[in-house]
Amino acid sequence: MATFAQTPPQQNPIRALFANKYAAIGLAIAYVVITGFLLLTLDQRSLWFPAANMCIFPLFALSPLVILGAPLRTAVKTTLLLVLMLVVVPIIGLVNTTYLELAIQISIFAGLALGLNIVVGFAGLLDLGYVAFFAVGAYLWAMFTSPAETIFLINGWLVPDWAFYIFIFAGVLLAALVGILLGLPVLRLRGDYLAIVTLGFGEMIRILVRNLDSPINLTNGSQGLHNIGRPPIPFGLNELTGGIAQSFTGRTDNIDVLARQVLFYVLAILMLTVIIFLARRLENSAIGRAWTAIREDEVAAIAMGVPLVRMKLLAFATGASFAGAIGVLYAAKQTFIDPSSFVLLQSIQILAMVIVGGIGGIRGVVLGAMIITLLDLHILSNLSQQLQALRNVDYIVPLINFHIRDWPVELEPAKYQPLVFGLILVLMMLFRPAGLLPERRRSLELRENRDDAFTTEIEPINTNEVKPSNSTPR
Amino acid sequence: MSSILQTRELAKSFGGIRAVREVNIDIPEHSISSIIGPNGAGKTTLFNLLTGIYKPDAGTIQFNKRSLIGLRPDQVNAAGVARTFQSIRLFPNMTVLENVMVGMHSRLNVNLWSTLLRVGGFNQQEEQVRQRASDLLRFVGLGGKGDEIARNLPYGDQRRVEIARALASDPKLILLDEPTAGMNPNESEVAMRLFRRIRDELTITVVLIEHDMRVVMGISEQITVLDFGQKIAEGTPEMIRTNPHVIEAYLGRRAAGTENEPPKLDTQEEEVVG
Repeated sequence: MATFAQTPPQQNPIRALFANKYAAIGLAIAYVVITGFLLLTLDQRSLWFPAANMCIFPLFALSPLVILGAPLRTAVKTTLLLVLMLVVVPIIGLVNTTYLELAIQISIFAGLALGLNIVVGFAGLLDLGYVAFFAVGAYLWAMFTSPAETIFLINGWLVPDWAFYIFIFAGVLLAALVGILLGLPVLRLRGDYLAIVTLGFGEMIRILVRNLDSPINLTNGSQGLHNIGRPPIPFGLNELTGGIAQSFTGRTDNIDVLARQVLFYVLAILMLTVIIFLARRLENSAIGRAWTAIREDEVAAIAMGVPLVRMKLLAFATGASFAGAIGVLYAAKQTFIDPSSFVLLQSIQILAMVIVGGIGGIRGVVLGAMIITLLDLHILSNLSQQLQALRNVDYIVPLINFHIRDWPVELEPAKYQPLVFGLILVLMMLFRPAGLLPERRRSLELRENRDDAFTTEIEPINTNEVKPSNSTPR
Repeated sequence: MSSILQTRELAKSFGGIRAVREVNIDIPEHSISSIIGPNGAGKTTLFNLLTGIYKPDAGTIQFNKRSLIGLRPDQVNAAGVARTFQSIRLFPNMTVLENVMVGMHSRLNVNLWSTLLRVGGFNQQEEQVRQRASDLLRFVGLGGKGDEIARNLPYGDQRRVEIARALASDPKLILLDEPTAGMNPNESEVAMRLFRRIRDELTITVVLIEHDMRVVMGISEQITVLDFGQKIAEGTPEMIRTNPHVIEAYLGRRAAGTENEPPKLDTQEEEVVG
């Protein structure tokens, strides 16, 4: 179903069906209702539950993109999205809380991926240390609220839980500042060199955080910070959540936990919405054009009056600030963070989201975040559970008479997460280098090497007089 | 006529190669001037020095009674010097209109807050930018092609987009690096008309680097000849045509020695020198 948005309008029967306005609305609603209903009626005791769960939730998760891809008026789309996000998802999430957790994780990583997309996708600066800014935001909130034996606790600098909302903005500012600090030394670098330096920067922040437990204990080192503060549950949310949960599942226990999850879900969705909104505004502005110009041809951009230093720093700072805000939310949601939450693999995973979905395009990046997060947290683990379930009942595959019990434990799908990611990236580069939902401009760029009808004509005899390496500002 | 651009003792070396040596140039205001010279004479290096892409080793550049030394390329652009490139350097995957809009960057109020909040006249400015960009496209004869992807345009049109993009920064001086390279005589004729209109209608001083002697002799009010990084002659087309140094530079010492009739310079010099 993901192909809705990207298939060209011609030669597509689905599009033809969608040409009718009412059919389009009907189909979009039907999609959401059917997948949502299937999700609700899954029998958790069934032998095949993990497999069914594995397939159906991703389909349901695609429904926002189905709505966005349908040829409807903006107002209709917005209404449908609002209903989906604020009614359907919370209800399904309250019936089965793992779905709510997945929705929160997807929103968080989509926000991160969109932030990285500003740096990598818009301005074309390959940043492999992006998780550092995420860490800055997370540690900012964690240090000021964790009851670990840090200098903050000893000196009584801890802040109350409601300060969470202020700290989101503090996270934005601090991460932007760190983004500029990273940006300054790497302004002269491009491509591979930039990637290596940013990679080093990401590691630096992680190691700094690990070692800042002495001489003054700021971060509690490798032990991490626990019991991080969480935003207080607003008045009435407890009752609302309790009411919904009771009417749909009959449960009355753990209402507090449920309400908290709902609060985090709403905050994550809200933050993602703001980020999408800001990213779109940046894209369609002189700033966005200047970034694209820098990505396309740095020398030409600066000669046309685009101040490279300023625009690059701006890209680093805005990308970082998104990660900073999300970091604060992430720390509050996890209530425990340690340096191992911010490793290089995490940066690469976020980059993979950007690349898989479609670098440069907002919708594509959200899709990428969805796919990678679901693979990581949902699909592979459900595959493992399914295997385990079949092993427990000594299931024998018909026709080939294979005992699932004989499947080696070493070949557990969940253990092969990096391999699967690697395979996906390799396949993407081979078959869809511009991503699943390619941004128009990016797909053109990546096609450039194939049809060189113009390049042969344009390149004159002597091009070495303007050396790009000499062009960086002093 | 007062000069809008003035260089004194301008010099630049790359390693042991002295690409530009003590060059003094005066470009009269509202003129169309050409810089010519054999390949490797330092013409493009000179443009790169003027626009801040290279830093000169020595010498001064006065533009409009202001020094350009030490300015970054974007500051030079903001000061009123725009340029095109010898090898077309459009933003290939942006639309034609967007290309021209980028050219306006130094004249815009680019502010993060007004961009994010769409306040402070952001929308009006965007509208003006769009309007002015399509006006410029019409000026260079590309009206209605604004939405095409730049790299899909034919070669000659790409050259025109580059000129429109340079004009977008509202310059006082425009430096065109081999703007008619690869054009046939008809296209060159059209291009020459465009250069005159840039000077006459927009009152912008035009400087060309050019190999096509038909264009150079047909349009220039002043010609500067560079050879091995040095200025060897400067003057009107008539003066340059008969200057023995120029003939020597282009055709070799023997050709210059057998004076009598000044050789015709209307072929591309690659063929002559090679």
